Amino acid sequence: MPRARLARRMSRKQPSIARLNTSTQTTLATRPSAILAGRNVSKVYRLGDVEVHALRGVSLELGAGEFVVLLGASGSGKSTLLNILGGLDVPTSGEVRYRDHVLTTATDRELTRYRREHVGFVFQFFNLLPSLTALENVELVTEIAANPLPAADVLGRVGLADRLRHFPAQLSGGEQQRVAIARALAKRPDILLCDEPTGSLDYPTGKVVLEVLERANRDLGTLTVVITHNAAIAAMADRVIRISSGEIVDVQHHATRARPEDLSW
Amino acid sequence: MVSALHRALLRDLWHLRGQVAAAALVTACGIAAFVTMLSAYRSLERARDDYYADYRFADAFAQLQRAPMSLGAALARIPGVTEIDRRIVEDVSLDVPGLAEPATGRLISLPADPSSGLNRLFLREGRWPRPGRADEAVASEAFARADGLAPGSRIGAILNGRWEELRIVGLALSPEYVYEVAPGMLFPDNRRFGVLWMDRDALAGAFGLKGAFNDLALRTAAASSLEPIIGAVDRLLEPFGGLRAYGRADQTSNRFLDDELSEIGVHATYVPAIFLGVSAFLIYMLLARLVATERGQIALLKAFGYTNARIGLHFAEFALAVVTLGSIGGIALGAYFGAGLVGIYRDYFHFPVLRFELSATVVGAAALIALGSALVAASTTVRRAVRLPPAEAMRPEPPKRYRTGRWEAVHALRRIGPSARVVLRNIARRPWRATLSVIGIAAAVATLVVGRYAFDAVDELVVAHFQSVEREDAIVNLRRVGGAAAVGSLARLPGVLRAEPFRSVPVELRFAHRHKRSVLLGIPGSGTLHRLIDAQRRPIGMPPAGIVLTRKLAEMLGARPGSRVQIEQLDGKRLRFTEPIVGVSDEPLGVAGYMDAHTLSQVLHDEGAVSGALLQIDAAHRMALFRALERTPRIAGVTIRAAALQTIREVMDRSFLLMTVVMTAFASVLVVGVVYNSARIALSERGNELASLRVLGFQRGEVARLLLGEQALLTVVAIPVGLGIGSVLCRLLVPVFDRELFRLPYVLSARTYALATLVTLAAAAVSGLLVARRIDRLDLIAVLKTRE
Ligand SMILES: Nc1ncnc2c1ncn2[C@@H]1O[C@H](COP(=O)(O)OP(=O)(O)OP(=O)(O)O)[C@@H](O)[C@H]1O
Ligand SMILES: [Mg+2]
Repeated sequence: MPRARLARRMSRKQPSIARLNTSTQTTLATRPSAILAGRNVSKVYRLGDVEVHALRGVSLELGAGEFVVLLGASGSGKSTLLNILGGLDVPTSGEVRYRDHVLTTATDRELTRYRREHVGFVFQFFNLLPSLTALENVELVTEIAANPLPAADVLGRVGLADRLRHFPAQLSGGEQQRVAIARALAKRPDILLCDEPTGSLDYPTGKVVLEVLERANRDLGTLTVVITHNAAIAAMADRVIRISSGEIVDVQHHATRARPEDLSW
Repeated sequence: MVSALHRALLRDLWHLRGQVAAAALVTACGIAAFVTMLSAYRSLERARDDYYADYRFADAFAQLQRAPMSLGAALARIPGVTEIDRRIVEDVSLDVPGLAEPATGRLISLPADPSSGLNRLFLREGRWPRPGRADEAVASEAFARADGLAPGSRIGAILNGRWEELRIVGLALSPEYVYEVAPGMLFPDNRRFGVLWMDRDALAGAFGLKGAFNDLALRTAAASSLEPIIGAVDRLLEPFGGLRAYGRADQTSNRFLDDELSEIGVHATYVPAIFLGVSAFLIYMLLARLVATERGQIALLKAFGYTNARIGLHFAEFALAVVTLGSIGGIALGAYFGAGLVGIYRDYFHFPVLRFELSATVVGAAALIALGSALVAASTTVRRAVRLPPAEAMRPEPPKRYRTGRWEAVHALRRIGPSARVVLRNIARRPWRATLSVIGIAAAVATLVVGRYAFDAVDELVVAHFQSVEREDAIVNLRRVGGAAAVGSLARLPGVLRAEPFRSVPVELRFAHRHKRSVLLGIPGSGTLHRLIDAQRRPIGMPPAGIVLTRKLAEMLGARPGSRVQIEQLDGKRLRFTEPIVGVSDEPLGVAGYMDAHTLSQVLHDEGAVSGALLQIDAAHRMALFRALERTPRIAGVTIRAAALQTIREVMDRSFLLMTVVMTAFASVLVVGVVYNSARIALSERGNELASLRVLGFQRGEVARLLLGEQALLTVVAIPVGLGIGSVLCRLLVPVFDRELFRLPYVLSARTYALATLVTLAAAAVSGLLVARRIDRLDLIAVLKTRE
């Protein structure tokens, strides 16, 4: 497909948020339609003569509004997979599709656009801009988004209505992570990708963050993928995917999701 | 064996090579400017001192009407006088083959043994005139070369009213004419003014000066002071129509040479200072960043037991390495430019040898200055590195603290977006760094402005002077004071539209305890070709009574309108009289006093006497006129305005291009040094932040704007600051160029400001692009794995 056309199509505003909102409620039991899919995705790192197979032919389909947890040992390839799904990295072989766009052949510009318009990221180390307040960190993204939520509202939703004018250095770790989540959600992404969002947080703070993620998934119908080392968290997912040595070794479907406040670890 | 720390040093240097190169280049420019100017200075000074000593340049000079050779005994007896030279000097009109206009030749008598006496000639080519030969002459080399003359060439000359053909037999140089410029001119016009040396008896015969002389040069004992000697000479020469004697300081050629030397001296101080200041700042920034990124390593080294001194030395060595690189480059570049500058001087100043010398002293001084700037740059950062307690150094740098600035309360700034806020807060967080960056860039802008100032000023000076004051097309000087009839005959020559007579009297002006030799010009009240002007360049009328002084002359005498100055006529009847100053004329060129021609002739009791005429010429008939003038007796010299202006333009254009190129290059290095280094440091400090933005979906261009916005803003702020500093510097330079011969006005053209702005913007843009390329290489994945 000519690149220009792909770019144009990817830029088209997705009118799907409202529809997804209603559809998630009714179709949870059945399989929601896949919006993000990987087929035979492999990633090989070459370090001199040594080849590291981070992913070995992973195939998966992720549906709109789904809450998916990725579990696996350290070094099993979780982050690599998430980064490829988020358009931050390209696989060595295989294909990744977002709706009807092939990400694996997209240019850097197109991938940037994909991230900008459709993907929200939450990382272990928050990655906030230290020079901007909580509110401004969110505005930074809403400024370039097509159809954003008001930044202050989203921060209110993650419980930070009274921290709008604080700089990252003036916020606790959990608060910073909630700002990061607000920043990811404010653009109304189709996809929210979280790499160990509770990794650097203590137990109660981690729980608050999980609640926020769960609520966002429920209210906004965002496909949410969460990487964690914490198997207890898996109970709140629709689907749990286990990865080992770069391969999917197990997939579990949950008919009902546990509420984050009921989890304990 | 290379120690581990030295290996680390080399790695750091290599890793930061772009920034090291930029800082080294700025250092190199500073050192190069220093070496260029100082070595040119010393080469010129050395050539002058050797030439003056070896060829016995006189210490004092005097012109007179005519005195018997026998006066020499009395002159030689003056205490302090060691040697005298009684000469014949006459200015004549020359007919040079291949030159349309008449040229002015200065004929000077040679002693019996041409290689003896004062102001000895260096014979470059050919031979001396044979004794008694009235048709042989040695020509000054510059004049001969400019007009394509060589031994064997013939030129026409009017000797005391008789047309003669002279044969050039040799080419020579004189310490008296190192800068060979026609009287009253700024720039040498070697095609139309030249010195010819001839046999003494031949000249004496031609000008009726047998057994007499009309020009005196003398040398004095080293220790004796000049004032009493000049007084004694004046007393002896007074009965013989002596004009006041003067020392080397007032000798035209020597004076230009001195002025040039003092000018390079001025530039040799502030230009290198600007560059080395900026280079110290760049090295400081580099080191500060290095210490910040190597906190952990510093802690480890301390934990391993490395002493503070050793660690401090490590960072000092980094600074040293940068300036060493810069100094080597700078000295090489300085030697190259210095040789080039000396080459340019060879066009203006004529020495038997003018060799470029790179002295060990200059190189040593350059190295020391560079070393000093490195140590200044290193001192604070090294202290910071040394003071860091090991345990603290192990921890990562504390998170950057930002706050809302007071500026954000400004209403207009409330609505700016987050990206602009990032830019502004980063500037606000390190106000000193921003200030120094602005100063660095502004220094470049100022350098460009100052570099072009002299050209703008000369342009303006030429326009002001030749459009408002000297508006004639030609000046004809008569050999002797004549009557109105002489002007009448000039007016009848072909192509002359208008001829206005003038009277020129050498005088000494006195006011209070000050006195000054000058010339008093009598111009007709109805005249239009030579006008007096006020500060706004508006013409002012010639008052019927009293004297008008040029502003510079009034200043030199400490007199103002209303003051009564005493005037002593130095030729003719040597009358003394007093006149009130009735006006001041703001002429940028030369010094003079003016009186109404009629009034002046009444005061001097020589009704109707004229020294020459100002001509307005019909361009269509100028060739015929020139031919007629070349054959007209009684003419000592003709100055053609258009030719003089063309010379000025040519001289300006030649040095202008070179100066602009060099200044542009130097200033660009400054801008690139500051902008590139600041942007690279920002990229290194905020790389993670920028990578995060890419993750969030910011395109490269948007991230680049965020990174470079800071530099762009600082550049935009620095430009007007630099234009301001440049203008102030030029104002400060005005006194340097306030000379008796010319006064540069304070003017800067719009083109100068535009050029400075454009060069700065272009250099900043290039630096920005160089850094922006690196945004493509940001590792988006790595940033997610590291804790800020
Ligand atoms: N840039 C890289 N170069 C070489 N090898 C890499 C690179 N990034 C990841 N790997 C390797 O790929 C494999 C998968 O890494 P990945 O980061 O996906 O693991 P992970 O499952 O996220 O582990 P963790 O839970 O520790 O974060 C690992 O063996 C890792 O060493
Ligand atoms: Mg990982």
